[in-house]
Amino acid sequence: MAVGPFGIDPVIWAVLRLLIALVLAVLLVLNGALLQIYLERKVQAIIQDRYGPLHVGPFGLLQTFADALKLLGKEDVRARLTDSAFFIAAPAIVFAPMLASFVVLPFSKDFTGMDRNIGLLYLTTLGSMTVLGIVIAGWASNNKYSLIGGLRSAGQLISYEVPQILALVTVVLAVGSMSMVAITESQPGPLVNVLVLPLAFVTYFIAALAETNRAPFDLPEAESELVAGFLTEYSGMRWGVFFLAEYGEVTVVCAIMTTLWFGGWHGPGVDAVPALGILWFTLKTYAFVIAFMWIRATLPRLRIDQLMGFCWKVLIPIALTNILATAVLLLAYPGQLWPVAIVNWLGVAFLVFGLPFMQKRRLGRFRGRVRAATLA
Amino acid sequence: MPDYNLSYFYVFAFFAFAAIFVTILLTLSRFIAPRKPSLEKLKTYESGEEPVGQAWGRYPTHFYVFALLFVVFDVEVVFLFPWAVLFRTLGWYGLVEMVIFIAILVAGLFYAWRKGALRWY
Repeated sequence: MAVGPFGIDPVIWAVLRLLIALVLAVLLVLNGALLQIYLERKVQAIIQDRYGPLHVGPFGLLQTFADALKLLGKEDVRARLTDSAFFIAAPAIVFAPMLASFVVLPFSKDFTGMDRNIGLLYLTTLGSMTVLGIVIAGWASNNKYSLIGGLRSAGQLISYEVPQILALVTVVLAVGSMSMVAITESQPGPLVNVLVLPLAFVTYFIAALAETNRAPFDLPEAESELVAGFLTEYSGMRWGVFFLAEYGEVTVVCAIMTTLWFGGWHGPGVDAVPALGILWFTLKTYAFVIAFMWIRATLPRLRIDQLMGFCWKVLIPIALTNILATAVLLLAYPGQLWPVAIVNWLGVAFLVFGLPFMQKRRLGRFRGRVRAATLA
Repeated sequence: MPDYNLSYFYVFAFFAFAAIFVTILLTLSRFIAPRKPSLEKLKTYESGEEPVGQAWGRYPTHFYVFALLFVVFDVEVVFLFPWAVLFRTLGWYGLVEMVIFIAILVAGLFYAWRKGALRWY
C-alpha cells in the first residue's frame, strides 16, 4: 500500500493538505489585506510628508484591525430597487476566483497548493472571472453610478486582459512551460527573466495595474466622477468583501510578476534552507505591492478614452510584436538569450522614451493647427 | 489518474470554501450590525437627489464593440498558449503558421482602428 508523506495514508494526507491550503489561503488574504491597507496608508503618508495612522497600537499597526472590526459592525443597507439575488451574489463571485488563484502560487519548492502544467492559463481564467462579479454588482445595484462604473470596469478589465495575457505568452515561449514551479525553477541564478524579457514585464505591469483597478487606472471607482463606481450601493461587510477581494487580487498579480520575472522563491540561502524561499517570495511580492502604492501616490488618473486608446493602440500592438520577435529570435539563435534581451530592452526604451516623444510631436502639430485656425 | 482529478477537486474546494467564507463573514456582520431600515435609507443613491427613473436603461454601444474585439483576441490567446508551450518542437513550421494567424488578427485590429471602433466618444 502506498504511503504518503510523514507516513500518513495518502487519502487522509490529500484531505489534510487541502484543508491546510484552504486555511492558509484565507489567512493570507485576510492578513494580506490588513497589512496592505496599513502599508497603503503609511507609504502614501510618507510620500506626502504626513504621519499616517499613529494612535491605535504601536506605530498605528492596529488601526486596520480596528477598521475591520468597525466594518463588521456596520449596518448592511440594501436599497429597495436592487436585484437582490445578484446583489448578494456579486461579492462572492468576485471573491471566489481570487481565493482560488492562490492554489497555484509557488511560495516555495515544496509549498505550492497544486502544481499543474496549466498553471498560468488557470490564473488568467480566474483573473477574467472577476469582471463577471463587477458587472453583476454594477447592474444589480440599479444605480446610475454603479451601472456606469460596472460597464466601464468591464470595458477596462477585458481590454487590459489582452496585453496581460500576451505578455504571459512571451514568458511561456522563453521558458516552454505553463507550470508556475517549472517557470520558477528555470531561473535559479541571477539571470532572472526580467533581464531577458523586460518589455513583457513592463506590458504586464501596466496591464496588471489596470486589471486590479489601481491608480492611475482606477476609473471604475473614480470618486470624483462616479461616487464609488460599482461599489456605490454597497455598504458594511458586503463592501468589505469587495475590498478584501481587491487586495487579494493585488497580491495575486504581484505574486505572478515575482514568479515569472523575478525568480520566485529563489534568493540567497535557499539551497541550504528551503523554508527561506517563502520569505523571499513574500518579500519580492510585497516590493511590487509597495511599487503599486508608490504609483498611486504619484500619477493622476487617466480619462476613459486615453485608457482604452492606450490599451488597444499601444500595449496590444507592442505585446504582439514582442511575441513574434521573441519567437523568431529564439528559433534563429537556439539556446541563446542575448538577442531576445537586446530587442526587449530596445522595446522598453521605445516605450519609455520614443512614445512620449511621438506624443509630444503630435501635440505640437495639433497646437500648430489650432494656432493657424485662430489666426486665419 | 487520481492526482489529476485531485487538482481539480482542489479548485472546486477553493470555490466552495470562498462562498462559505463570504457567507460566514456576512452572517457574523448580520448578528453584530444594527438593522434599522427606513424608507429614506432604502432609496437608491443619486447624489442626495430623488432618483430619476431606474438605471436599467439603454447605454452606449461602444462597450459592445470593445467586448467583441476582446472575444476575438481572447480566443486568439487560447491558441497562442499551446503553441508557446510546444514552440521548440514545432520549430519554424509552427512559427510561420502563427505569424499568418496573428497577421490576420492584426489586419482585423487595423480595420477596426481605421473604422473608428477604438475611438471613445
